[in-house]
Amino acid sequence: MIPYNFDYYAPATVAEAAALFQRLDAEGKQPLYYSGGTEIITIGRINRIYTEAVIDLKRIPDCRQAAVQSGKLVLGSALTLSELYDSRVFPLLGETGAGVADRTSRNKITFGGNICSKFIYREAVLPLLLTDSEVRIAGPGGARQTPIAEAFDGQLRLGRGEFVVQTVTDESYARMPYVTIKKRKVAAIDYPLVTVAALRTSEGIRIAFSGVCAFPFRSQAVERMLNRRELPLRDRIDQSIALFPAPVISDIKGSAAYRELVLKLVMEQTMRALGGE
Amino acid sequence: MAGTDRYTIVLELNVNGEMRRAAARPADLLLDVLRDSFGLTGAKPGCLNGDCGACTVLVDGWPMKSCLMLAVEAEGKAVTTVEGLKNTAVQREFVDKFAFQCGYCTPGFVMNVYGLAHLRPDADEHTVKDWLQSNICRCTGYEEIRDAVVSVLQRRASSAADAAVAEDATNAADGAVDSPMRKGSAANGSDT
Repeated sequence: MIPYNFDYYAPATVAEAAALFQRLDAEGKQPLYYSGGTEIITIGRINRIYTEAVIDLKRIPDCRQAAVQSGKLVLGSALTLSELYDSRVFPLLGETGAGVADRTSRNKITFGGNICSKFIYREAVLPLLLTDSEVRIAGPGGARQTPIAEAFDGQLRLGRGEFVVQTVTDESYARMPYVTIKKRKVAAIDYPLVTVAALRTSEGIRIAFSGVCAFPFRSQAVERMLNRRELPLRDRIDQSIALFPAPVISDIKGSAAYRELVLKLVMEQTMRALGGE
Repeated sequence: MAGTDRYTIVLELNVNGEMRRAAARPADLLLDVLRDSFGLTGAKPGCLNGDCGACTVLVDGWPMKSCLMLAVEAEGKAVTTVEGLKNTAVQREFVDKFAFQCGYCTPGFVMNVYGLAHLRPDADEHTVKDWLQSNICRCTGYEEIRDAVVSVLQRRASSAADAAVAEDATNAADGAVDSPMRKGSAANGSDT
């Protein structure tokens, strides 16, 4: 049971949702956008998040869209991870999302909710980073479309009252060779020790990480090092880890040293699978 | 809870093919409304955190953990609890294969498997494992549960042509598909 009360709103349009947020915020209701809602429910149950109003985005058609428009794959933020996996429209995204939680939970967890999660993993963002996708964001100040590299800096940079409506990805990326690997401590269902997603383009291999540092990331410096084929693969991997943007984390799931060992093995497996040795 | 009356709303939910009304808070979980307002105690409270699957029901034919869903989200959708299944093939196979011990997790497993058998009747080993990992059996009766699933899927495959026709008719009558990307829906009342 959620131990406090809130009002529930289900707007039909993006503009209505943004206007609702602005009004409820002005009334001091501490509104939250609600998509799959799994995180709000589970964290709310233990009183670690509070709101007096939730704004459900699932009934907004733009947030449920899945379409190809002029060579661009447009995916609504309220599509569930199961829907993305089953549809096969963007296999790298579908399979990376399929590593999150369990199948039944993924029938509820949404793409946008995962990207905007309070937890550090946000694995569904990795394919967006690899494919230079763009994010359509809306809020009381209007709508904007921004490259993911600018909008995402460890977490999505949203202004007050803003929410993700859609992502836009060049359709050609959906046909490129990819690898996505998630390693957990023991169980089949858990947060990652290491999640790696990678894509082979005509310019080289792109790679992004979750669970390794305190935030998901893709690093140009890491990719430049990994694509230096004149060096032995293991040397490239060792040197690329030294270029990570933050320390490898150490927690109950694994020490930094153990995580780094697993990371190296996964990176080697990934590079070989994509012909990057 | 202070001020709860101000937040009370009347929910109208389609549960097991019947329209039911309940006074509830928008913050109330589907699990709690099913059990406390409707007396449908088949969906079990377990972890209440989306981990164990004991509270699994079908929403528009799709397995859903009712502890991860607000009751108000279910308005306009078809909710099926284990009470809505009547001597289905899934239930019979669970009995025949001894796919339960204490039984607490059984309704959640049955609903998940019922959804699987309807939505993925040609499920491969990977898919079966992926779906079953959503539920936990603390008695660890997993092999028997898997046997029951395999048996259900094999029976469906052996009578696929007739079943598919009947299934299409049932689903069309229920009109339960709401997703732009989903194909088909496991609805109330058919015999898998």
